[in-house]
Amino acid sequence: MAADSYDDVAKSKDSIPALEVAPQDLYHAKSFWTKYIFCQDAKVIGIQYALTAAAIGMVGLVSSWLMRMQIAFPGLIPMDAAAYYQLVTMHGMIMVVYLLTALFLGGFGNFLIPLMVGARDMVFPYVNMVSYWVFFLAVLILAASYFVPGGPTGAGWTLYPPQAITSGTPGGDGLGIVLMLVSLAVFVIGFTMGGLNYVITVLQARTRGMTLMRLPLTVWGIFTATVLALFAFPALFVAGIMMTLDNMLGTSFFMPAIVEFGERLSYDGGSPILFQHLFWFFGHPEVYIVALPAFGIVSDLISVHARKNIFGYRMMVWAIVIIGGLSFIVWAHHMYVAGMNPWFGFFFATTTLIIAVPTAIKVYNWVLTLWRGNIKLTLPMLFSIAFIITFVNGGLTGLFLGNVAVDVPLSDTYFVVAHFHMVMGIAPVLVILGSIYHWFPLITGRFLNERLGRIHFWVTFIGSYSIYFPMHYLGFMGVTRRYFEVFEGDAFTYSITGINQFITVAALITGAAQFLFFYNIIVSSKLGKKAGKNPWKACSLEWQTPDVPPTHGNFGKDLPVVYRWAYDYSVPGSDNDYITQDTPPSAVANAKAEQT
Amino acid sequence: MEESNSNVKVIIPPKKSFAKEWASDQKAFKGVPWGKAMMWIFLVSDTFVFSIFLISYMTVRFSTKAEWPNPSEVFGLHVGHYNVPLLLIAIMTFILITSSGTMALAVKYGYEKNRKMCGILMLATAVFGASFVGMQAFEWTKLISEGVRPWENPFGAPQFGAIFFMITGFHGTHVTIGVIFLFIMTRKVFRGDFDTGKRGFFTSQKSHYEAIEIMGLYWHFVDLVWVFIFAFFYLW
Repeated sequence: MAADSYDDVAKSKDSIPALEVAPQDLYHAKSFWTKYIFCQDAKVIGIQYALTAAAIGMVGLVSSWLMRMQIAFPGLIPMDAAAYYQLVTMHGMIMVVYLLTALFLGGFGNFLIPLMVGARDMVFPYVNMVSYWVFFLAVLILAASYFVPGGPTGAGWTLYPPQAITSGTPGGDGLGIVLMLVSLAVFVIGFTMGGLNYVITVLQARTRGMTLMRLPLTVWGIFTATVLALFAFPALFVAGIMMTLDNMLGTSFFMPAIVEFGERLSYDGGSPILFQHLFWFFGHPEVYIVALPAFGIVSDLISVHARKNIFGYRMMVWAIVIIGGLSFIVWAHHMYVAGMNPWFGFFFATTTLIIAVPTAIKVYNWVLTLWRGNIKLTLPMLFSIAFIITFVNGGLTGLFLGNVAVDVPLSDTYFVVAHFHMVMGIAPVLVILGSIYHWFPLITGRFLNERLGRIHFWVTFIGSYSIYFPMHYLGFMGVTRRYFEVFEGDAFTYSITGINQFITVAALITGAAQFLFFYNIIVSSKLGKKAGKNPWKACSLEWQTPDVPPTHGNFGKDLPVVYRWAYDYSVPGSDNDYITQDTPPSAVANAKAEQT
Repeated sequence: MEESNSNVKVIIPPKKSFAKEWASDQKAFKGVPWGKAMMWIFLVSDTFVFSIFLISYMTVRFSTKAEWPNPSEVFGLHVGHYNVPLLLIAIMTFILITSSGTMALAVKYGYEKNRKMCGILMLATAVFGASFVGMQAFEWTKLISEGVRPWENPFGAPQFGAIFFMITGFHGTHVTIGVIFLFIMTRKVFRGDFDTGKRGFFTSQKSHYEAIEIMGLYWHFVDLVWVFIFAFFYLW
């Protein structure tokens, strides 16, 4: 599009595309309530999401401490099997849905998408605000389940029927399971409102010059994950509704004829496997809903802190999209032991292993980005490298578990626990931590404390390996997961007690390090070293705002115009070692950057 | 905050190929307003919800051992001496599809800024929708009085009642929400909000006739879902 047909750009030497997006009509808050509580600014909503997710995440963290205490030192903290199962369940559900999903999509998505695509806000700020408060309601409902008679559900985070809603399971005959299901349904409703916003903001509200192939990979990761979530959460939503009806109205969607304590229940003719299919149709994309934003963010962190363009940008984008697509046709690899036609097992094993291809492309590209880069071992870089290592580890055990013949003996052992904690627990959390160190100067205008940060990093990294690496051995020895007590003697060798105690001590220390991190955040937000504008010398738009931290409307008077991708680092011939996305070609005439 | 580029004319570029439009900047769907794109994506997500409802229905229908009731008998009505199968459902389907027609016309008159015709047709759509919900309430009442419950029914497999109440209930909720919004929008049309660009009470955004088309998308979707429910639940 020629620039000369538009007055405001006619004077420019650089060709600027014509404006297709009308200037956004923002709501300007007037009172305390609309400014900080029911705020319509995506950045504030992102922080609200992140804080709420972190708060409920602490409950998940403490749950894991208590579980580990029970496994390693039974009796030290008095608890019965029911309480243990409740801890397992709530830990899993909180960490996967209410912490990781909410933090990546609600937190990072809200804060970063409008800034990175060059928009003033999400396309529908009001809907976005409601989205957060519905999420908050979901968290409250979840928390309420701790205070009802019988306590929260102890069905395991997969909530498999029939056991989830029978009286032998903790919370199964009370309100525990109902509150869990209702909370999930409310979460899905809230997320849908936010998710539609993220998708449309990326597709329809980019600034001039910002093509899809110029988006930072962070946006690609969050965008694709949001699309996955919009199509995967309906399965959870429907399954939740049907199980609630089974429990409260006595329908038999998932419940077969069943005898409990010698008494035949009124259920008849339902299909428990149907729930497993629905759950994992949600559950497997959920893994990538957590992983894809991490993939995207870590690509940006590596590129910025190695002062080098990301290797194979297009490949990275397509890998994200292909992983997202494939994630919808692999779900039954979670169900090999549920009893399925061998041909289905074959199909799902094949699709599962195919995912290794785009994933490996991504790992190679991260490593190749580091290769001969000007690597600065800042905290975000340390966390990024730790992520690559951890992700490769967790990914390799995924190849074991993706094969039917290997999965069947390893199913429901600590090997599985080690695998999924490595690949979708530790790896994304490392990215979250690294990205908080990276973007904290943008959010508050101050750095996080470096010394505390380094202690935090090494304790977290070595600690999480101490926790999960030995678990692989436990799994090979046949130690079953979710057992309330692991007995020495006939079934297991002496060494597992020692390993379990080691893991527990490591878990306590690693968990404590996270509280050090929270302390760092609180103190540094007031007393940290001032960061100034663009402290990492990054190219992407979120650092180019006139005010730091960015104010409502993000970009002041004029929206930026984008001329290049987000990775022009160390361009030969350029004065700086980075060229920001909104630098026109005429300003860097000597730079030998390929126009992307 | 001052918005300096509010004077800039916003253009809709000429139609190009799909790949070129997606490879371009600013908008992937050229000339499509935000709200309309958002409604489309929402409808795809909602399609997943209803597809999963229907797939679950089919799975449970196969998993239950008990005989599946014959819907044309269960949903029959006595007219005089005759037992007419699916009479009420046929009327309901007819009304809902008619309402799609009035909705489409309302969108047309909306873009022509014909406030009166647009309002009348919106009102007609809302009334059709409300009568659909009313007949559904009648159907529910009739079946409940015959002893159909979510956990049991006198005709056969207990899942029949469960599926019936769940799916028609969920669809009915969609229709009800649609009817409520249709009435709200009708009021806005007659009041002239879309002509004056009055700001919304909650969202503080300017009203625009696009809203009618977005409403229409939702309404047509709800109708389309009904066609599938009709085919898979009532006719099968």
